[in-house]
Amino acid sequence: MKMSFRSRKRKENEEFANAYAQGHSMAGDIWRRLLRDKSSVVSMGFLCLIVLLAIFANVLFDESLVTMQNTAIRNNPPSWEHWFGTDLYGRDIFIRMVFGSRVSLTIGIVTMGVSMIIGGLLGAVAAYFGGKIDGIIMRFTDMFMAIPETLLALCVVAAMGASAVSLIVAMTVAAVPGNCRLVRSTVLSIVDTEYVEAARACGMRDIGIIVKEIIPNSLGPIIVVSTQGIANLMLTASSLSYLGMGIQPPNPEWGAMISEAREFLRSDPYMCIIPGIVIVLTALSFNLLGDGLRDAMDPRLKD
Amino acid sequence: MNNIEQTPLIEVKNLKKYFTKKGSTLHAVDDINLTIAKGTTLGVVGESGCGKSTLGRTILRLLKPTDGQVLFEGQDITKVSESQMRKYRQSMQIIFQDPYSSLNPRKSVADIIATPLIVNHMCKGKVEVQKRVKELMDTVGLASRLYNAYPHELDGGRRQRICIARALAINPKFIVCDEPVSALDVSIQAQILNLLMDLQEEMGLTYMFITHDLSVVKHISTEIMVMYMGHCVEKAPAKELFENPQHPYTKALLSSIPIPDISMRNKKIQAIRGEVTSPINPVPGCRFAPRCDFCREDCVGSTIPLTEVSENHFVSCRMMEK
Repeated sequence: MKMSFRSRKRKENEEFANAYAQGHSMAGDIWRRLLRDKSSVVSMGFLCLIVLLAIFANVLFDESLVTMQNTAIRNNPPSWEHWFGTDLYGRDIFIRMVFGSRVSLTIGIVTMGVSMIIGGLLGAVAAYFGGKIDGIIMRFTDMFMAIPETLLALCVVAAMGASAVSLIVAMTVAAVPGNCRLVRSTVLSIVDTEYVEAARACGMRDIGIIVKEIIPNSLGPIIVVSTQGIANLMLTASSLSYLGMGIQPPNPEWGAMISEAREFLRSDPYMCIIPGIVIVLTALSFNLLGDGLRDAMDPRLKD
Repeated sequence: MNNIEQTPLIEVKNLKKYFTKKGSTLHAVDDINLTIAKGTTLGVVGESGCGKSTLGRTILRLLKPTDGQVLFEGQDITKVSESQMRKYRQSMQIIFQDPYSSLNPRKSVADIIATPLIVNHMCKGKVEVQKRVKELMDTVGLASRLYNAYPHELDGGRRQRICIARALAINPKFIVCDEPVSALDVSIQAQILNLLMDLQEEMGLTYMFITHDLSVVKHISTEIMVMYMGHCVEKAPAKELFENPQHPYTKALLSSIPIPDISMRNKKIQAIRGEVTSPINPVPGCRFAPRCDFCREDCVGSTIPLTEVSENHFVSCRMMEK
C-alpha cells in the first residue's frame, strides 16, 4: 500500500516535470489556438500582406508615380500594366492604394488603439471605484457624446490645422466616450465577483486588480468592438477628408479615393469598386481576426 | 497559556455595518461583539440574509465598518490606512462559498495560487514560486498534474481546494470560511471539512466558520454564535449550544435538523412561522419578536443586552433576564 502510494507520487512528480519541461506560456497557448482557426489564419495572412506592402512601398514602387499625372492614359480599366486601372488624372490606382494604405491603416489602428486605451482605463476606473469618481467620469463622457462626432472633429481640426495627426487626434477624442461606456459596462459585471474580492483580500493594489484580474476578463467585447471599429474609423477618416480636413489631395487615402471616383461610378465603376473591395476585405479580416483572438484568449473554449 | 487567553487573535467590539440607500438604512450587522482565541473555530450560524457574510467581510475590512472596532492581536484594524492594512492582510484570508465564481477563469491553477505569493513578495524568483505552489497543491491534496489546468476543467471539490491553497499561500493566522462547503456535494463536503480541520491542527489556524448548516458547524466549531438579522441572539461553546439552547430562535433552528431515526419519522418538524421581517430601518429590541411564540410587550422598544446564563453562554432574550 505504502509502496503504491510512493510510486504514484513519483509518477505525479514526473508528470509535473514533463508539464514543466514542455513549457507553458500564456502567449504560446493563445498563438497555438489562434493558428487552429482557419479564418483567423487567412485574415492574418491578408493583413500581413497589406501591412508589408505599406511598410515596403518605397522599396517596391516609385513614389513619384503616386502623384504623377498622365492624361493620355486617364480612366483606363485594369490591365497588366495598371493592375487596378488608372484614375481621371491617369495615376495608377494600385500604387495609390499601396501608398494610401499607410495613411488609412495608421489612422484606423492608432485611433482605435489610443481611444480604447484611454476610454478603457477611464471606464474601468469609473466602474471599479464607483460613487463620485464614476459620476464625474461618466458625466464628462455624456458631455462629449452630446456633441456630434463630426462637429467635435471639426473643432479639433480647426484648432490644430488640417493634417493626418490632427485627424487622428480628432477621431480619438470622438471615439473615447463610446469606448469608455463599453468598458465600464463590461467591468461592472466583473467588479463584484468573488475572485476580485479574493485579490483584494490578499493585498493586491487597485491598479493590479484592474490590470490583472478585471481587464483580462473583459477583453472579449473590447476586442470585438475594436476590430469592428478600425474599419468604421477608416471610413470616417475618408468622410472627414472629403470635408477638407485631414488628408489633402493629391495625397492618396482609401476613403478619399472612393469619393473622388464617385462621379465615374457609371462609366468606370472599377475606380470605385476596387478600393471598396479592399476596404471591405480589410475590415472583414480585422473582424475575423478579432473573433478568433477572442476565442483563443478564452481558456474555457480551449480545444 | 494564560497569556494566550488574555489576548485573543480577533476581538470585535460593537461592530456595525449599515447600508444606506435613499434615506433607508439596512442594518446588516448590528452591534456584534465577539472574540476568537488562537487555534479555535467560531461557528457563525443564521439563515440567509442575516448578515453572516457581511460580518466576515467587515472583519477582514473588505467592507468598511460603519462603527465599532476590530482588534487583530490587540491592534485596531478599522482605522489604519489601506497601505498599513496590506500588512495585516497577510495574516487574514477568506475562503468563499462559491468555488465557481471565486476563481479567475482566465488564470491557470498555478497562476491563481501564485498570485498572493507574488503580490506579497513571499518568494524570490520564478523557481521558488513554482516550488511553493507545488508544495501548497500537495498540502491541500491537488495532484501536481493539475498545475497548468484551468478552473473550469475541475469539479467543485478541487476548485475549493484551489481556494484553500490560495488562502494558505501567505501563511495566514486567521481564515474566514464563508460557507466553504455549501456549494459542494455531500461526499465532498466531508473531505473539505476534514482538510480544513487537519490544516487547523497542523498550522494552528484560527477559523471563523460561516454557515447555515448546523450539522457542519457542530462538526467543526469550538464556539458557536447564532445570528438573526444582524444581531447576535445566542453565543455558547458548541456542545453547550446543542445540548442546552436558550433563545427561542436557536431552539427552533435546532429542531429543524432532520434526525435520522425511524421512530421519529411521523413527528412533524416544528418550523418557524412567518418569514424574516425587513432589515431596513428596524425598531430597537428583539428582531425575532414578530415570529416568536413567547413574545412579550417589552421585547420591542429597547435594546436587549446579552445575558450570561451559564459560563460563556450568552443569550439575548427578555426571558433570560432576571
